[in-house]
Amino acid sequence: MENIYSNRRLFISGFFILVIFIYILRLFFLQIIDSSYKLSAENNVFRHIVQYPSRGLIFDRHGKLMVYNQSVFDVVIVPNEMKAFDTLLFCKIVDIDKLELINKLKEAKKFSTYKPSIIIQLLDFKRYSLLQESLYKFQGFFTQARTIRTYDKPLAASLLGYIGEVDDKAIKENPYYRIGDYIGISGIEKSYEEVLRGKKGVKIFMVDVHNRIKGSFKEGKFDSVAIVGSNLTTSIDLKLQEYGESLMKNFKGSVVAIEPSTGEILALVTSPTYDPNLLVGQQRAKNYRILQLDKNKPLFDRAIGAMYPPGSTFKLVDALIALQEGVITPQTVLPCNGGFRVGSFFQACHGHGGAVDFTRAISGSCNAYFSQVFMRILNDSKYDSIGLAYANWRKHLMDFGIGRKLNTDLSHELKGILYTKDRWDKIFGNSRWRPLRLVSMAIGQGELGITPLQLANVSAAIANRGYYYIPHIVKAINQKDSIDKRFYIKQKLNINQEYFEPVIEGMEMVVKAGTATVAFLPQIAICGKTGTAENPHGEDHSIFIAFAPRDNPKIAIAVFVENAGFGSTVAAPIASLMIEKYLTDSISRPYLEERIFNTKLKYE
Amino acid sequence: MERSSNILKRLDWITILIYLFLVIFGLINIYAAVYNEQYSSIFDGSQRYGKQLLWIAIAFVLIIIVLIIDGRVYEVLAYPIYLGTILLLIAVLLFGKEVNGARSWFEFGSIRFQPAEFTKLATALAIARLMSVHDYKINRINDLAKVGLLIIIPVSLIILQNDTGSALVYAAFLVVLYREGLSPWYLILIMLFGVLFILSLVTDLFNVFIALPILALIIFHLIYQNIKLTLIGLGIFIFACLLLVLNHYFLHFKGEYVLAVGIIFSLIVLAYPAYVKRIKHYGMISFILIGAMAFTFSVEYFFNHVLEIHQRTRINVVLGLESDPLGVEYNVRQSKIAIGSGEFTGKGFLQGTQTKFQFVPEQDTDFIFCTVGEEYGFIGTFIVLGLFAALILRIIAIAERQRSKMNRIYGYGVASILFFHVAVNVGMTMGLAPVIGIPLPFFSYGGSSLWAFTLLLFILLKLDTTRMDKF
Ligand SMILES: [Zn+2]
Repeated sequence: MENIYSNRRLFISGFFILVIFIYILRLFFLQIIDSSYKLSAENNVFRHIVQYPSRGLIFDRHGKLMVYNQSVFDVVIVPNEMKAFDTLLFCKIVDIDKLELINKLKEAKKFSTYKPSIIIQLLDFKRYSLLQESLYKFQGFFTQARTIRTYDKPLAASLLGYIGEVDDKAIKENPYYRIGDYIGISGIEKSYEEVLRGKKGVKIFMVDVHNRIKGSFKEGKFDSVAIVGSNLTTSIDLKLQEYGESLMKNFKGSVVAIEPSTGEILALVTSPTYDPNLLVGQQRAKNYRILQLDKNKPLFDRAIGAMYPPGSTFKLVDALIALQEGVITPQTVLPCNGGFRVGSFFQACHGHGGAVDFTRAISGSCNAYFSQVFMRILNDSKYDSIGLAYANWRKHLMDFGIGRKLNTDLSHELKGILYTKDRWDKIFGNSRWRPLRLVSMAIGQGELGITPLQLANVSAAIANRGYYYIPHIVKAINQKDSIDKRFYIKQKLNINQEYFEPVIEGMEMVVKAGTATVAFLPQIAICGKTGTAENPHGEDHSIFIAFAPRDNPKIAIAVFVENAGFGSTVAAPIASLMIEKYLTDSISRPYLEERIFNTKLKYE
Repeated sequence: MERSSNILKRLDWITILIYLFLVIFGLINIYAAVYNEQYSSIFDGSQRYGKQLLWIAIAFVLIIIVLIIDGRVYEVLAYPIYLGTILLLIAVLLFGKEVNGARSWFEFGSIRFQPAEFTKLATALAIARLMSVHDYKINRINDLAKVGLLIIIPVSLIILQNDTGSALVYAAFLVVLYREGLSPWYLILIMLFGVLFILSLVTDLFNVFIALPILALIIFHLIYQNIKLTLIGLGIFIFACLLLVLNHYFLHFKGEYVLAVGIIFSLIVLAYPAYVKRIKHYGMISFILIGAMAFTFSVEYFFNHVLEIHQRTRINVVLGLESDPLGVEYNVRQSKIAIGSGEFTGKGFLQGTQTKFQFVPEQDTDFIFCTVGEEYGFIGTFIVLGLFAALILRIIAIAERQRSKMNRIYGYGVASILFFHVAVNVGMTMGLAPVIGIPLPFFSYGGSSLWAFTLLLFILLKLDTTRMDKF
């Protein structure tokens, strides 16, 4: 349908064509004639540089530095910016095999052509500066600084733990982590990972063809600032820790010392141990393999991860429960004729001869006495059955933190062994409970397993006369008492305070005139108890549990020395020396120290 | 059956082929723009390209629906559809979700929907319906006002949504009005006010007030070719300027006020000889001159005294008055670098570096053309622009062959809207047009705009198939 304005079609079409023509002309100039945009594009490449925050430092309870950071450098590649380069020179500078380099480049390309991948980790400063000088020859390669852990003294390795690269699982679980990031794998590094690591930041730079940073992208509008990790003040007394490690040097075992009034762990020694400096830097993987293969298992943290039968130290707990349950009194005297005999059952004793009273039963560690006490606990007529009496006894033990995790701030804490009533029900089947089957538990043998940490906690609970604080390794975060609330809550035992004095009296007698006179110190009232854990695989384990001074105790300790025989031979002297060291900062018995240093046990 | 095969035969397949090419090439570029090695499947619905694929599938369903529906319904339903979308615009103002400062989206779960995209279509239909009435005379002030109203309503609502870019698109309808006989004087007038608007922000009121009477004098002279009168006018104007000098030394009123007084005085003095000589348009020229001054003054006042600082900044940046190196200007520069670095043949599919890393902002929506430029070079941009040109010219050809006036007007509406979008979108990626953030038709990521453009185009194609039908 024609109309008078039809000619306007031409004008409109012409206008449209003109505009588009101008655009095409403009594009022609922009894309073909003018090469400056091409150059700009090349020059204008982003570099996302992750800002690794420095990990928090770790101090001992007196503010002595234990763990700090040292700068190392990663070499990073952006594959599509890579140009042909002198591989030989590169390999020489960074000390890498050519084949390995080629493989890593392939991997990086597979990951992304335009995102950076780390190809060499933890370059030391010398190699870094060499590389930095000739980096312009290696297009597409960049360096980024990060820090590694360094330890002031080769101490407390397993308690501090180590950090390592995150694995796929951790990346999947927590999107914070990227390939190549580091994460705490054990010890404090693991349990306080989030506090220590801080928060990564990213800086976006624009760099020119020579890898020179030209400036930050949009003046840092899209950057995020790295937040430095928080510093931890541990409860560890570094001097005590060091002393403990030196005393345990020749032995397998563990020493745990706790400040009873706070639950703070003063020393957490496991032996054999390793130099924590081995597990950082470029050599970490190699050293880790070596330590892993070591048959003495230096990576194994015995303080929280090994369990032993508590041996005679367990008599203290039994005594307290028996008093609380009213099956004995501090005046109860029981017979010991070189052992405990019921029918064909016989448990040997050290030959106390005749009647034994409560205090002597503890100081002399009378098996017969405590076997009878335990039988009384089980046969308590308050309970309808032995099973129920057992369950009640078990509940008391759980109050002590035996047979369950203490919920400390240490990772990989072990629960120990303490059978439930149900479990025994199953073992006994339809037949009645046979208490004699259980009686070896009276003296800490049989179906019991306790970690050194748990036993130290028992010692602290007795020292406090009836309560403890959950043991913990960290005292303060960034100098503030910002640790978890649970560490400030009094964990009360269900045992009246009055029952502790007779037991503690017995413990003091252990050291004054009992089985552990070797631990005696004239100026300090040490309360202790020896133990020997039967070991079916070899020599018995030597155990000692103690606290001091008797009034207002400052330190509670548990010592386990594997295959060292009686508790009094090695464990008691070590505990005594450590108590003296901690309380007086000196050693009055160099001969005793010497003896420990020179004792060499045969470990197969 | 016969009817449907007829439709297929009558469909304009050239247009459809261009449409298909643009949509698919658009998808490829969205894929490249947001390419992420972790989610490299184009069917990945968690990624933008996977979603765009879904939007395209829905667009195809819409096409089938449009082709099935009787073409005559649009004549009947033009106004109801228009009303419906206007209500949606109001609803989105009240209940919509704010995205990037503009309250122009409805959100249903993860799906967003922008009613403004569909208002264009509805307005095109409504205008076509209005102007196809046989006694409609566009240059009659009443009829012009009607069509003006149809345009102003959605524009105001969209401006209220704070989406000025989408509102500007309605300027495209001027082309439709022009084609239907709008006097070029109206266009000149509108352009004059457009220029004034910008001038009043760009420069001092004072300069505008000096330029306007000179412009009026020139127009006056061009119309009447009477040198004597022109000189008298100039003389009086110079006299007004002398007043200005006096003011400067003795009175210290604001220069623009003195100028305004001088000009009005000149006009009154000139009115007598003009009346004597029976000069027909003197009144109108004076009226427009005074109107223009008043307009400039009010824009200036509004801008500096009513708008808040951030609103002012935004307008200034759009006009290129205020440099905003971290924002618009930076984006345009990066966009130019991306396009320029493509050179003749481009870097190849997925090889673009500039469009990655969010280097170019809005890389898959407003700046999708960068990806074309970077990865396919001049060849790619030439083909895309060439195809858009071909499509728009084809639509004009289709419009012109319609026997129904409504269809023709609608066709021009389609062509103009497409042109406006292409010109502004591509222009802004090259720094030739202000960055007002409107999508490239069929290309940019987003369901709403794809569906709206698809409907816009295929309603025309459907109408085209019925052009031979007997009324
Ligand atoms: Zn005895």
